[in-house]
Amino acid sequence: MSHPTLEDAHAEPHIVGPKTYGLILLALLCLTALTTGIAYINLGVFSPIVAIGIAVIKMTLVILFFMHVKYSSRLVMLTVAAGFFTFLVLITMTLSDYISRAWGLW
Amino acid sequence: MDSQTVAARHQDEIAHHEGEHPYYLRHHFETVEQQKEAVSFGMWLFLLTEIMFFGGLFMAYLLYRNWYYDAFVSASNTLGIGLGTTNTAVLIVSSFTMAMGVYCSEMRNRRGLMLSLAATILLGLVFLGIKTIEYHDKYTEHHIPGANFSIEDFVHPADKRDTALAPDMAQHAQIFFFLYFAMTGMHALHMVIGISILFGLLYQASKGAYTNGHTSIIDNFGLYWHFVDIVWIFLFPLLYLISRHPLH
Repeated sequence: MSHPTLEDAHAEPHIVGPKTYGLILLALLCLTALTTGIAYINLGVFSPIVAIGIAVIKMTLVILFFMHVKYSSRLVMLTVAAGFFTFLVLITMTLSDYISRAWGLW
Repeated sequence: MDSQTVAARHQDEIAHHEGEHPYYLRHHFETVEQQKEAVSFGMWLFLLTEIMFFGGLFMAYLLYRNWYYDAFVSASNTLGIGLGTTNTAVLIVSSFTMAMGVYCSEMRNRRGLMLSLAATILLGLVFLGIKTIEYHDKYTEHHIPGANFSIEDFVHPADKRDTALAPDMAQHAQIFFFLYFAMTGMHALHMVIGISILFGLLYQASKGAYTNGHTSIIDNFGLYWHFVDIVWIFLFPLLYLISRHPLH
């Protein structure tokens, strides 16, 4: 009788070292400079998209490496994903409510 | 799992019992590994509630920026981009020092951990100091929404590149500043709570409480600190970088 093991769902016993942290720090600081610099370029309707896009990349780096999610169990990864999903539900349901009412502003 | 496997594992655990039952292992957990996983899961669930907490404010921002875009642009341009970018860099470096604290805790380096926690505290205080300067600027410029608010800067902008707003749109700038103070204020409150806890952690770390294998507390406080950093990573472009004037 074979049963599915939970071994592969466990976190890797992995200690993230200063070198990795240093590289991520550098990347985050460069992205900060980038987002500030790009703000002065008129990209029209793409400006907020680019700004949020860069912010999402920074957030991903922090979550994966500083918060160790890259080396965490599937349970933790699922929990993080659930957080994003619930936030998206908040945004889309509220927006759909506002957009569907003709109060003259939309 | 059949009874034979259960019995075999029980024998294993009795054999390992002495070495693997440190003082911080609670009795409703079988192993330290299981306890760490449960504690981490619980911390992430708390962070999820924080996402929803800030999510409400972000939703309000999304809506009003769409409705009153011109007022938001003018209001955002009154924020100091130098101070804002500096604060972002300060918080990112503080996330790095906190991550280094987690590393020192895992490597049982007591002095390193204390230095990392102290550096995180220092950077957090620098962030709050810069925030205080920014809030004071808003006060002197009459940009705090409410009785003291003045539409003068928006109806008759000093900078020629700024578009002058009609008085009713200029009033909507108050909504931007309300969201600015609500979001950065709530973020700053989280910073204050975090720094207060850090002082406690620094004291306990000095007594070796986190460099004897018990890394959970530093780990999970790190999660909180990184989350506060992520909130600012989004606040900064949304509040400070709406539509800056091209440089030429």
